[in-house]
Amino acid sequence: MILRPVSDRSLLVSFGDEISPEAHREVVRLTRALEGVRGILNLHPAFASVLIDFDPRLRDHSAVAAQVRERLDAPAESAAVEPRTVEIPVRFGGDAGPDLDDVARHAGLAPERVIERFCAVRFEVSFVGFATCFPYLSGLPPELATPRLAAPRKRVPEGSVAIGGQQAGVYPLASPGGWRLIGRTPVPLFDRQAEPPPLLRMDDRVIFVAEGRR
Amino acid sequence: MNRIRVVSPGLLTTVQDLGRFGWAHFGVSASGAADALALRAGNLLVGNAEGAAALEMTLAGGAFEFESPAVIALTGSDFGAGLPLWSAVEVRAGETVRCGPTRSGARCYLAVRGGLATERAMGSASVHVATGVGGRPLRKGDVLPVGEEAVRKPRAGQAAPPAGERAGALRVTPSAQAEWFADELYRGAYLVTEEADRMGLRLRGAAIPSPAGHMLTEGVPLGAIQAPPDGQPIILFVEHQTTGGYPKPACVISADFWRLGQLRPRDEVRFERVAMERAVELLREQERWLCGLL
Repeated sequence: MILRPVSDRSLLVSFGDEISPEAHREVVRLTRALEGVRGILNLHPAFASVLIDFDPRLRDHSAVAAQVRERLDAPAESAAVEPRTVEIPVRFGGDAGPDLDDVARHAGLAPERVIERFCAVRFEVSFVGFATCFPYLSGLPPELATPRLAAPRKRVPEGSVAIGGQQAGVYPLASPGGWRLIGRTPVPLFDRQAEPPPLLRMDDRVIFVAEGRR
Repeated sequence: MNRIRVVSPGLLTTVQDLGRFGWAHFGVSASGAADALALRAGNLLVGNAEGAAALEMTLAGGAFEFESPAVIALTGSDFGAGLPLWSAVEVRAGETVRCGPTRSGARCYLAVRGGLATERAMGSASVHVATGVGGRPLRKGDVLPVGEEAVRKPRAGQAAPPAGERAGALRVTPSAQAEWFADELYRGAYLVTEEADRMGLRLRGAAIPSPAGHMLTEGVPLGAIQAPPDGQPIILFVEHQTTGGYPKPACVISADFWRLGQLRPRDEVRFERVAMERAVELLREQERWLCGLL
């Protein structure tokens, strides 16, 4: 574990520089342990690190670092929380997934087989970040991994289900983006009327369900 | 309840407070006033809690009609309203406060005694312009309710604007990948481009060569200076993304965040390194200035 100040009001805690289940477990544990602590304003979990924003008028780097060590040294909660599984309906291909054929070509599979394999996975939400509720999903079958577009699209439609390298994700809101779009879901990942508005959180499991094609 | 009618919204006017915290692990950054110091000062001058919701105007202000008598304060940059800045001012029933194009920096704040009582989303009235979290920019004809949350008397007399140079280098401390970079960032001036908004400020100047190191996407703090592949720095601002994969040589200090909120396209910026202790000291000085407004 490496702790380093990355601004006058934040500390980055890194658990290595590779994506791994071990690093993910530490990220989840630290994020949960620090939620709601006075003086800590925001937590930004990622693949193998947690950025901690604190109020520099109340805390300093060494106090926050000490708290991180203390919380991680405490024995892990005995009863692990059973992760939630969320099913997300998707319309694959066509206008909803303009890059499905490219992904299929890259994988050397028929588009139907790509959909089958994609929907057979129980993805894990590594973390939620980027821009407003974007879930980074791990568990993509290696043969479906496809490089990002060389030039990102200026506008990716809301609800687009996408593959970026070895990750899958869903664009919660229309935004620029360089991932390969294979489908679209009508389920909002950021629902202003819901309480709380975000649908997915770190460590949830996600299963995509194909809606009748075209 | 008093109400404010938007006669004209100006270029980009939004309701802001100090932002929504505790949502970064859902990818939602805090947002909040771009020049939080001016917003806090305006609220203190009219007798509000410092984080009350107020109007943030950008580059060119709007016109706002008050249904009933009110006490307001204009802070930040001079938008030519013909009223004294940095002081509590009485407005008559039916009076319209008219702001125009900026005569100094990018943003002017209009705080009203009692605070704006617009709807909160996820604990804050702040409008996140890029995503629509918390609402949208004002339009002509919008009506804003004024709250009754004043906590003390308005301040008499005009306050001095914030200490600290508006010009002069932006102070920074090293960030996550500082050792990947040489000194390019500190050698010359950068120009703020037209792509400067609440999400970030794109700069143009000497490229900072970004060594292609292995880097995983990680959390990014407010004020971080990112070096994308073309080497033209981007300063992440109040509506920044919560995670990112570009290396970051440095981060602007907290005491200079308000200056980021006053930068306009074509302004020139330089960077200067300061020690972490100095950054905290400068923030304390700023807090003392705010305390002096009471």
